[in-house]
Amino acid sequence: MTSKVEQDVARFKDIIRGKVKKELQKFITNTELIGKKGKDLITIPIKQIDIPRFVYSDEQMGGVGQGDGEKGDSIGKGGSGSGAGDMPGEHLLEVEITFEELADLLAEELELPRIKPKGKEDLSSRRYKYTSIALVGPESLRHFKRTYKQALRRQLLSGEYDPENPIIVPYREDRRYRMWEEEVTPESKAVIIWMMDVSGSMGGEQKEIVRLEAFWIDMWLRKQYKKLETRYIIHDAVAREVDRETFFHTRESGGTIISSAYKLCQKMIEEDYSPSVWNIYPFHFSDGDNWSGNDTDECIKVLKENILPACNIFCYGQVDSEYGSGQFIKDLQAAFSGDPEEKVITSRIENKDAIMRSIKDFLGKGK
Amino acid sequence: MNLTPDLLKIKNEIEGYAREYGLDFFDVIFEVLDWKQMNEVAALGGFPNRYPHWRFGMQYEEIAKSYAYGLSKIYEMVINNDPCYAYLLYCNNIVDQKLVMAHVYAHCDFFKNNIFFAHTNRKMMDEMANHRSRVIRYINRYGYEKVEQFIDACLSIDSLIDIHAPAIKRESAFRTEEQQAPVVRKIRSKSYMDKYINPPEFLVEQEAKMKEKMAAEKRFPPAPVRDVLHFLLVNAPLESWERDILSMIREEAYYFAPQAQTKIMNEGWASYWHSKIMTEKALHPSELIDYADHHSGTLATSPGRLNPYKIGIELFRDIEDRWNKGKFGKEYEECDSIVEKKNWDKKLGLGRQKIFEVRKLYNDVMFIDEFLTPEFCQEHKLFVYSYNLTSEQYEIADRAFKSIKEKLLFQLTNLGRPIIDLVDANYGNRSELLLKHQHEGVDLRIDYAKETLKNLFRIWKRPVNIDTVVGGTPKIIGFDGENFREVTR
Repeated sequence: MTSKVEQDVARFKDIIRGKVKKELQKFITNTELIGKKGKDLITIPIKQIDIPRFVYSDEQMGGVGQGDGEKGDSIGKGGSGSGAGDMPGEHLLEVEITFEELADLLAEELELPRIKPKGKEDLSSRRYKYTSIALVGPESLRHFKRTYKQALRRQLLSGEYDPENPIIVPYREDRRYRMWEEEVTPESKAVIIWMMDVSGSMGGEQKEIVRLEAFWIDMWLRKQYKKLETRYIIHDAVAREVDRETFFHTRESGGTIISSAYKLCQKMIEEDYSPSVWNIYPFHFSDGDNWSGNDTDECIKVLKENILPACNIFCYGQVDSEYGSGQFIKDLQAAFSGDPEEKVITSRIENKDAIMRSIKDFLGKGK
Repeated sequence: MNLTPDLLKIKNEIEGYAREYGLDFFDVIFEVLDWKQMNEVAALGGFPNRYPHWRFGMQYEEIAKSYAYGLSKIYEMVINNDPCYAYLLYCNNIVDQKLVMAHVYAHCDFFKNNIFFAHTNRKMMDEMANHRSRVIRYINRYGYEKVEQFIDACLSIDSLIDIHAPAIKRESAFRTEEQQAPVVRKIRSKSYMDKYINPPEFLVEQEAKMKEKMAAEKRFPPAPVRDVLHFLLVNAPLESWERDILSMIREEAYYFAPQAQTKIMNEGWASYWHSKIMTEKALHPSELIDYADHHSGTLATSPGRLNPYKIGIELFRDIEDRWNKGKFGKEYEECDSIVEKKNWDKKLGLGRQKIFEVRKLYNDVMFIDEFLTPEFCQEHKLFVYSYNLTSEQYEIADRAFKSIKEKLLFQLTNLGRPIIDLVDANYGNRSELLLKHQHEGVDLRIDYAKETLKNLFRIWKRPVNIDTVVGGTPKIIGFDGENFREVTR
């Protein structure tokens, strides 16, 4: 019997995906998801999909049950008689999808293009996998199940098989062996350099936005590149490299000198990531309140001369905060508006709801 | 997969026992499935070939998940067909297979002999496969989404059938013109007085009046229609492929109706016989514990759920016992002494004969109506529960025999669905559809009802209305293609 139900399952999942997509915004801003990985299952409650019919309302229906108990005793919320419905109120269907699927849905919804990686095509790795079957080989690699099946097949064909006394004797030519196959996978490498302004004006809410956005961008790029490295830089008046944990949780105070971070970023690229091999994605988040105009000029100079030639795109996300002047984004836009390559992408993130749009701003170009 | 030699031996053995007991069944073809195939077939309602639809996928996901988490396991499935198809789970113990086979033969006997199954298509396996290929043809021609949407709309109203239609010949909805021709009644008179008592001008005037009134009253349909699907099939403005799909859905609804109509009896009958065959004949002593475990699992009860297997088997046993001892009829009913009634035994031995008769002529409503006794309700601790709005949970409401019987019958009547007739297809003289819900104290679920109206609109293509009662107020809820309207009647 072949599987007829499979296409129905696929169709049902399609419908579910449609439903989940509609409510994607909610999941994107759900901080609980952070830390999930590809195969992790995520449980998503959605409204039950049902075929509506004329039915009795549950509250008035009641039913007949069986067992001990006095009048007025509770028999629980989910009691259902034969024919009556079960739970009152909204029916929620719990759908499980893998995190990967959710990320795909996000990409679909945002219409993110696949990124065309740069780098040398011939940079590839070889692996040997035992995925094939051969007629000859060492006894240690004998595939018992295949051998048995072959013998069974032969005996059935030749009429030797007796269902009352099913003894299978494999001959020499029934034997099957495991054999390896060579797998060649082209490899492209990428690095994200996260930079975040942690000056006094970046509050908890702003960091949360950065955290969520960084998580989803990281997720997407990870799908595009087999090898993805991430580096973290925080800065106020001075910049330093930190680990992931510190990056998202530090609260510093002080002034803001953005060029310090850009210079550190430049140093990193020069030391560790040769642009001919690496796809480089620097992301910078700030509230846009730089110390002085002079420093902004300095930033633009570093970007133009050193960072931009090396990287795929340079992304600047500006989170709205109560204190910042938000001047920096305007300066950047003014400085790079004529850039034919459009390597500098800026995006304003007003609040949590803008995260999806902002991700699209950054990754929508497919670079 | 076909039966293995061991299973074949068991099959022949059990089939022999079943015949010895007088069970009368179609040939049964057993197929052995692994759990995945079993879940698949279960999702498709037991048929390996159904038309493609997402709800089968949803059911599959549900069944597969609850199987994976160990919440439920499908032991057996049997299809009302000639020959009867039944499925066995590959990984079951031999004792389970025996139990299932015995159970299946009894189901098959029920399908073949119960009068409410008499109208069902015994080649449904083929019919379902035909439905599949027809729907696939329409999908290829008109597109998946379009066909799917129409199927959704049809399924939404597939409860609007007349489950008694095969047994009852209702007044035809289509009267001929002659029957309606108006005749003015004359007052009896002597011939010479006639033109004074019945003046000809007056007669002509009266006839014209009657005709006018009749034309005004001419309703379509003239009498309420229960089989709304049939009415739509004949009268709705449908394309031929849509008509075909609607007819398939209607056919399947009628095919499945008797199974819902006899759930308690069918399962009770099958459980009665598997228990009889196993304990009296087929059971090997070493299998006793496993058998007892699984048998009691099937019959387990929980407070909020009435297990049809349990109620069914106990009622059949009760009937057998009562007819063996002669605990029925006027004399028994009118006996006042509890002690005497309890020890009543006329040694009639009519029990077996009676239960065979019951399995032939009854459905669940009649079964409960006739054989549920106060003693039975007490012994089996039945109660009525209701929803308490303040505590937001179900609570035990009553243990009185009358309320239990009433509730049970209410739940079983019309398969536990609201009774709805089509009363007017030209409502407001605007070709709108008017359905009437016979309100029996329980309201419709309004959000579902509204969605259903939307789907009905897709088929009728003119505004649709339902006359019902909401929270004590009679209302007509309508949908005109864009908006809902509610009129308090």
